[in-house]
Amino acid sequence: MGQRTPLYDLHLALGAKMVDFGGWDMPLHYGSQVEEHHQVRRDCGVFDVSHMTVIDVDGPQAKAWLQYLLANDVERLHSPGRALYSAMLNEHGGIVDDMIVYRLDDGYRLVVNASTRNQDLAWMQAHLGDFDVQLNERSELAMLAIQGPHARHKIAELVTQSRATLIQQLKPFEGQADGDWFIARTGYTGEDGLEIVLPADQAPGFFNDLVGAGISPIGLGARDTLRVEAGMNLYGQDIHQDVSPLASNMAWSIAWEPATRQFLGRTALEAEQAAGVQHKLVGLVLEERGVLRAHQVVRIADVGEGEITSGSFSPTLSKSIALARVPAATADRAEVEIRGKWYPVRVVKPTFVRHGKTLI
Amino acid sequence: MSEIPVDLRFAESHEWARLDHDGGVKVGISDHAQEALGDVVFVELPEIGKVFAAGEAAGVVESVKAASDIYSPVSGTVIAVNEELANSPELVNSAPYDSWFFKLEPSDTSELDKLLDPMAYKAAIGE
Repeated sequence: MGQRTPLYDLHLALGAKMVDFGGWDMPLHYGSQVEEHHQVRRDCGVFDVSHMTVIDVDGPQAKAWLQYLLANDVERLHSPGRALYSAMLNEHGGIVDDMIVYRLDDGYRLVVNASTRNQDLAWMQAHLGDFDVQLNERSELAMLAIQGPHARHKIAELVTQSRATLIQQLKPFEGQADGDWFIARTGYTGEDGLEIVLPADQAPGFFNDLVGAGISPIGLGARDTLRVEAGMNLYGQDIHQDVSPLASNMAWSIAWEPATRQFLGRTALEAEQAAGVQHKLVGLVLEERGVLRAHQVVRIADVGEGEITSGSFSPTLSKSIALARVPAATADRAEVEIRGKWYPVRVVKPTFVRHGKTLI
Repeated sequence: MSEIPVDLRFAESHEWARLDHDGGVKVGISDHAQEALGDVVFVELPEIGKVFAAGEAAGVVESVKAASDIYSPVSGTVIAVNEELANSPELVNSAPYDSWFFKLEPSDTSELDKLLDPMAYKAAIGE
């Protein structure tokens, strides 16, 4: 038996098909993964993401330590309430994990992946050094993501006046506490929406309120097709310990300035860049019928070979799309091997859909 | 779980076979199989004229989750394929026992007797 979130019994009551995800029993879908996907793109839906790991960083040197630990620079969070996306790198420039960092009134909140919890905490502990910092894992909290074009509007009608006002005011990539809730305008779908961290004992009631108000519960299956369409990486699949953010469409999240900031992995990234980055993460579109899947081989004429890291049927585009790591010289055409046959694919920027609109 | 039509016979690999009045055998996948697969988004049908032995891979069904082979439950030659499924693969989910993938001219109709009847299939899938 895997670990269970506070919403486990509700998932069963809603008819979820449960699967193991990184040691957690999580809902894959509640009937139709494709319908759930459309629901989020066209209206809104609620995801239980309580399996994700929330770590609060406090202490007088919290900022200095995060500036050493992360490839992005928390100096960019000019005021409490701001958030940023960052990789945490090893000495070789490989990605230990990716995360969202929120600046709180007093300290920082990190939301890291569920499957990497143990390695992340071990890595952080091992790199505390002499920094005067306290790490506090908040496993007593639950987390819901409510995503879709109508998400903020619909939730505002179900919460207190002060929370409704906060939800109206939050800009993208901002998050603030209201009482014992933490409400952020972030997500993993390419749509507008919120992520709400709240005490575990309040989560079933709130989830029930949302479902009662007609907001569909959405499983991990649709979460995956939504994030692939949005071109967002999944740790352990598109990114891992042996690839750098430069080869992962994440160069934008590396804060090179100031040059004096010696974050973990910086030396290796500089060497990789000086030598010329060998690979890139691109999007693939299959124009013929079929489904691209992770680990299929990509062949680029006169350039070399690559590999699909995430592949799926795209419900929004009604065709198959993929993320693939290919040689840096890859242009706009490639071929993919599916069951012994080679199919032509288009190579595109790996953002297929954003805010309900097709970008390819 | 929906009722299983009584005229079907099942392979343990979850394909159904139906003997038509013209002596042909239509092949599809069970309600249990489509439910386990999730939303079907693509089917790869065999070519007409192909000859399969019982238990041989004859096509592929892909859901959002995964690709699965479809095995021919009996031996025979493909005499027709259901092009409707190529355009509307979701029919496999909504009407699994009407959604045949291909039709065989069976080489030995007694092979049908070796397949599971609906009761035995239900028992095999634990219902």
